[in-house]
Amino acid sequence: MTLTACLRLPRRDFTLDVDLQLPGRGVTALFGASGCGKTTLLRALAGLERAAGRVALDEAVWQDDGRRLFVPPHQRALGYVIQEAALFPHLDVRANLAYGRRRAGPAAQGFALDAVIDLLGIGALMARRPATLSGGERQRVAIARALATAPRLLLMDEPLAALDAPRKAEILPYLERLQRELALPVVLVTHAMDEVARLADHLVLLDAGQVRAAGPLATLLARADLPLARQDDAGVVIAARVDHHDTAYGLSRVVFDGGALWVGATSAAPGAPVRARVLARDVSVARVRPQESSVVNVLPVRLDSLQADGHTTLLRLRLGGAAPQDAAQAAPTWLLARITRRSADTLALQPGDALFAQVKGVALM
Amino acid sequence: MDAATWTVVRLTAELAALSTALLLLLGTPLAWWLARTASPAKPLLAALVAMPLVLPPSVLGFYLLLLMGPQGPVGQFTQWLGLGRLPFTFSGLVVASVIYSMPFVVQPLQQAFEAIPERTLEAAATLRAGPLDRFFTIALPLARPGLVTASVLGFAHTVGEFGVVLMIGGNIPGQTRVLSVALFEHVEAAEFAAAHRLAAGMLGFALVVLVLLHLANRSARGARAA
Repeated sequence: MTLTACLRLPRRDFTLDVDLQLPGRGVTALFGASGCGKTTLLRALAGLERAAGRVALDEAVWQDDGRRLFVPPHQRALGYVIQEAALFPHLDVRANLAYGRRRAGPAAQGFALDAVIDLLGIGALMARRPATLSGGERQRVAIARALATAPRLLLMDEPLAALDAPRKAEILPYLERLQRELALPVVLVTHAMDEVARLADHLVLLDAGQVRAAGPLATLLARADLPLARQDDAGVVIAARVDHHDTAYGLSRVVFDGGALWVGATSAAPGAPVRARVLARDVSVARVRPQESSVVNVLPVRLDSLQADGHTTLLRLRLGGAAPQDAAQAAPTWLLARITRRSADTLALQPGDALFAQVKGVALM
Repeated sequence: MDAATWTVVRLTAELAALSTALLLLLGTPLAWWLARTASPAKPLLAALVAMPLVLPPSVLGFYLLLLMGPQGPVGQFTQWLGLGRLPFTFSGLVVASVIYSMPFVVQPLQQAFEAIPERTLEAAATLRAGPLDRFFTIALPLARPGLVTASVLGFAHTVGEFGVVLMIGGNIPGQTRVLSVALFEHVEAAEFAAAHRLAAGMLGFALVVLVLLHLANRSARGARAA
């Protein structure tokens, strides 16, 4: 399944001009500073904004200016969730959920809405009016309402931005469960890197209406040439799985192609997939394996490239560095390390050097 | 109440009820259009609707009389249709009342429609509701307080109008002789007791209407917050 979007729409501050092929599964994050056109792009995908071009989800063509075709939003099999939830204030939760379901035809009637209601934990709210719900509850109802139409694509515009940190933490697990249990492609607009790191599989970087880069999340986060790498929270996301738990020390070992990491104990069972986020500022390097160090995660790496940026230098490290001959490995795992420029000069680092990366912090997402 | 007074009250109520029904029928789509459009024609149409607010009723009545009279374009049209002439008939009064009371219906409705966030209607669109469906299931229910206000104001203003009524309708018992005109007649004839009955009745009517309006809108807001 593929979502094709070739769209152009002049705006006051920028011109949206994109030509994208998005994967028809997993979460694609549209990421960029506010005013970069990510909401406009999402609205154009939904048909709420009339851009010029073409939008198609596989064989379902929603817009094709060449054929003078424009399917209005209410005839597109999509779900749309926005920051403000936009529940209907005159209807209770049950009627809000029924609104789209009733109109979406046979596919929605067969859809297991009860499972989604359980999944989102809103079963007890059915008779309540939106005005009496908390922000987090409202957002969960809005997501369930969109899913109740059994859409083929879920579009989400900063669904968590209006929520404070605890409410956000309340919803994120629900979104992850949705992802795991419904095979529904999601396009998510966000400007929060922690949401991207946690939810996205695919990333589209937008800048002034143009696509700066697009690709798998792990690949884009590991690129040193993108503005992402210059952020304070630059870092990589590694797809790993739980290997085993060390209950005595409260640690868990996670493994991935090219290495393993010890992390703070996770509740995930051995074998379960997890995401490990390693920030560039939490990684340092040494030429020899550090002895008698408090850092538990020391990984052999090979230096791929260095990029000076002010007084710091950003290193791109390829994990499993001890075996340079397996360069044909399909998708290498990368680390980024931010060190001082002085250290880079003192160590006389050169691309190709075999190093040891010391990882001071790993966050499981 | 004597038979003549009863006829006046009944005629006034019929006129106001019929006018209000027509006003809602015409005013609701007009208010919806005014609330949502970006058309360059919007200021002109909004001004035309608002004219009766600033124009002396007798001026409005004068021009309506000319338009609907035998030489006027509307008058020639109604005669061509075989409807005869409108001035000094009940139908003429209804037409004039609808035009005169239009802003009192359109403006509260327009404000109520404008208060509905665009995103709420867009949410309905992404939930498979077409334009008409969105209007009837989202816009109208959310505009309910505005709808109540518009009906009450439209009705009350039609009941209270004098200048336009006198110009268009005159004072024909059972046809165009409504409360305000009858009151004027009683005062002219120095029948102050009869004038009091009508005036006090209208005063009480206005008070009751405004209290009910307040209660209706409060309960509508309460229902939404509850």
